[in-house]
Amino acid sequence: MDSLSQLDQVKTTAWSGGRSPWSVEYGKIMMWFFLLSDAFTFSSLLVYYGAQRFTKFAWPDPDLVFQSIPGIKDSGAPLVFVGLMTFILIMSSVTMVLAVEAGHRRAKKEVIGWMIATIIGGFMFLGCQALEWSHLHHEGFWWGTIPGIEELKHFFDPSVTNEAAMKVSGQQFANLFFTITGFHGFHVFSGVLINCIILGMTINGTFERRGHYLMIEKVGLYWHFVDLVWVFVFTFFYLV
Amino acid sequence: MSEHHTHTEEHGHGEHAALDKKKIWQVFGILLVITVIEFIIALVIIPKGLMSQHVGNFVYIALTLLKAFYIVAYFMHLKYEKLGLQLCLTVTFVFILYFITLMLIEGGYLHLHMSAAV
Repeated sequence: MDSLSQLDQVKTTAWSGGRSPWSVEYGKIMMWFFLLSDAFTFSSLLVYYGAQRFTKFAWPDPDLVFQSIPGIKDSGAPLVFVGLMTFILIMSSVTMVLAVEAGHRRAKKEVIGWMIATIIGGFMFLGCQALEWSHLHHEGFWWGTIPGIEELKHFFDPSVTNEAAMKVSGQQFANLFFTITGFHGFHVFSGVLINCIILGMTINGTFERRGHYLMIEKVGLYWHFVDLVWVFVFTFFYLV
Repeated sequence: MSEHHTHTEEHGHGEHAALDKKKIWQVFGILLVITVIEFIIALVIIPKGLMSQHVGNFVYIALTLLKAFYIVAYFMHLKYEKLGLQLCLTVTFVFILYFITLMLIEGGYLHLHMSAAV
């Protein structure tokens, strides 16, 4: 073959057209791009939270704010309840990925089982978050509302004495906590709804007729993303 | 359209080989162990004064990024995707790094120059 006829040959490389260069299905790639934009939204919220916290002279001590286990212990157990929430969410991520794995094998029954487990995990997480919110709300925190200064003092390290600084950062903390965990909780809620929908479609046999369970993968991506965001929320609100 | 489906199905088979149940539970174990380490740091190491809160924060962030890697790489399957998609979805976060740097510089300035009441 001379060099001139080589020019006429049809190129078949990944980027020469006629095929998906990343061999990813359209809906899946769009889910990735949606998640990327969503990651930017969450990043902005968390970066703003970080900047506020970095700027302030005092900040409520997470071990003093979050130290109850609703219904069991009122104080003295920092991180235990949120640890349970983290475990639930990681666990439901695992059951989701197991559903995706079962989908690859087109094992309808297994997909149904793992999806139900994922949905239960999602509801458990939402329930825990509702308890966490109502606990904080009963202590006097809400958007635009903080406890009186005497109660507020209990949430700060004893070395902090500046009351004005406590009020300002206490309010910032409350606003940001409810906004960020609320936005995350809204994602969990919509994730549970979408999971319910695809569970219904699986039971109906829609994916079986379609010949593939790609929809489970796409929704799985969204569900893992929710878990991923929680990993960051957990670190920046409860640990740091 | 039908051609498209063949592509994705081929892809599906490739993925199947890459992430099996054993690997999934392995990743779950890693995520759990990292979380437990974070708890030990928060409840034992820092209260005992073996590590300052400042150093602890850096450790927390490093561990968080490690967890994020395992979730994105294995659960979200990014490790098994084509390099182009991987780069497209990760390099973009350079903007977030830029934003963080910017806000920390700004925050540092405000911390030094504003009164405690603001």
